[in-house]
Amino acid sequence: MRLAVGGLALLMLAACADKTGAPRAFAGADPVEGLRLIDRHGCAACHRIPGVAWPEGRTGGSLAGVGARPMLAGRLPNQPRVMAIFVRDASLLAPDIGMPPMPLTEAEARDVAAYLYTLDDD
Amino acid sequence: MMIELSDLPGGWPPPVLDPAGPFAGPVAMVAWVLFVMAAVVMVVVLAALGIALFGPRRWRRRVAGERLVWIGGLVFPVVVLTGLLVYGLGVTARFSDAPRAGEMRVRVTGEMWWWRVAYLDDQGRETVQDANEVHVPAGRPIVLELESADVIHSVWIPRLGGKTDMIPGRRNFMRIQADQPGVYAGQCAEYCGGPHALMGLVVVAHDPADFAAWRAKQAGPAALSSMPGAAVFTASGCGACHTIRGTEANGLAGPDLTHVGSRQTLGAGILPNNQGTMAGWIADSQGLKPGNRMPSYPVLTGQELRDAAAYLDSLK
Repeated sequence: MRLAVGGLALLMLAACADKTGAPRAFAGADPVEGLRLIDRHGCAACHRIPGVAWPEGRTGGSLAGVGARPMLAGRLPNQPRVMAIFVRDASLLAPDIGMPPMPLTEAEARDVAAYLYTLDDD
Repeated sequence: MMIELSDLPGGWPPPVLDPAGPFAGPVAMVAWVLFVMAAVVMVVVLAALGIALFGPRRWRRRVAGERLVWIGGLVFPVVVLTGLLVYGLGVTARFSDAPRAGEMRVRVTGEMWWWRVAYLDDQGRETVQDANEVHVPAGRPIVLELESADVIHSVWIPRLGGKTDMIPGRRNFMRIQADQPGVYAGQCAEYCGGPHALMGLVVVAHDPADFAAWRAKQAGPAALSSMPGAAVFTASGCGACHTIRGTEANGLAGPDLTHVGSRQTLGAGILPNNQGTMAGWIADSQGLKPGNRMPSYPVLTGQELRDAAAYLDSLK
């Protein structure tokens, strides 16, 4: 039930995201599953992530509003394809970054990215 | 939509009235008996109170006078509470006996704010070292020998047994048994300062054959590694507090890391275990578990942090 309500809220959020005009919707990606994966893999150990109550990691910076930022990590275009690679192995795109590869499949990385694009409001 | 870290192995918080073995079932039953008795007594007392306040005069006379006070206020509680005490102690009497010949023994030592774990042989000598999780074969009783290195802690793995304190200078025993293979969460149940609430424990119950394999692997040293993170680990002085058997790292203050990559959790039951959470823990353990005895390492470059996390994660 909670997830169903959350899913509806996410759909509404996705509708908001359309207004930014950026091509950020993911065909077939599931933001609800993305949040589950974020929880299961402990992304919040390094990031404050709206939707995850605890912890509120500080190492990698807050992800509030990340979906609306023009750049990722201050050096990459914030586009879905980039985000989906970044959450899986950021070092492929930013060799000196501290973020290790995460144990996600490509499809899971797209789900995670889809959730992050719902975070379009600081 | 908010998610707590409920996906942690064994679930969080651990379910408390869902026993999974013969040392937890009777404890849950005692809890239900106490709860039902308390509910019945409360209903009776409230009924008497209601009659005393609002009942017809004839009924009120029945609940007045000294006789009811003597019976309801003294005799009844003495009989019922004594009965419950004898029942509760009787049910759990053998759970904390000293280990008998042939019983598998695991020493668990409470530390601020983690668990040192050692598997004992038949003579009580420590064989395999581990931390923050206890591996057991399913379907077999295990004796936990509980000690403390500093203050009073308490082991509570709700699905496998009751709570037992770890008291400095004493050795307490408790038995656990998981009827089915699985992962069972536990928690320190006695306030022990600072991050007490973040002192979790995991019990992993294996098929007996798998357990023998796990134990053999756990007893071995770490494979020699040429990964760059091994050099970061050494250069950062991690070995002053942590042991990685097979390397020069031989510190004893913190958890043994020989097979840390194979653990279910990091930070004593609080984070899932992967390279990402490992990096987060190394960089900012004080942010994640304020007051714990591992300093944060804000001196590493991104590359060094990633390398260190990859190396530790490789210690399966």
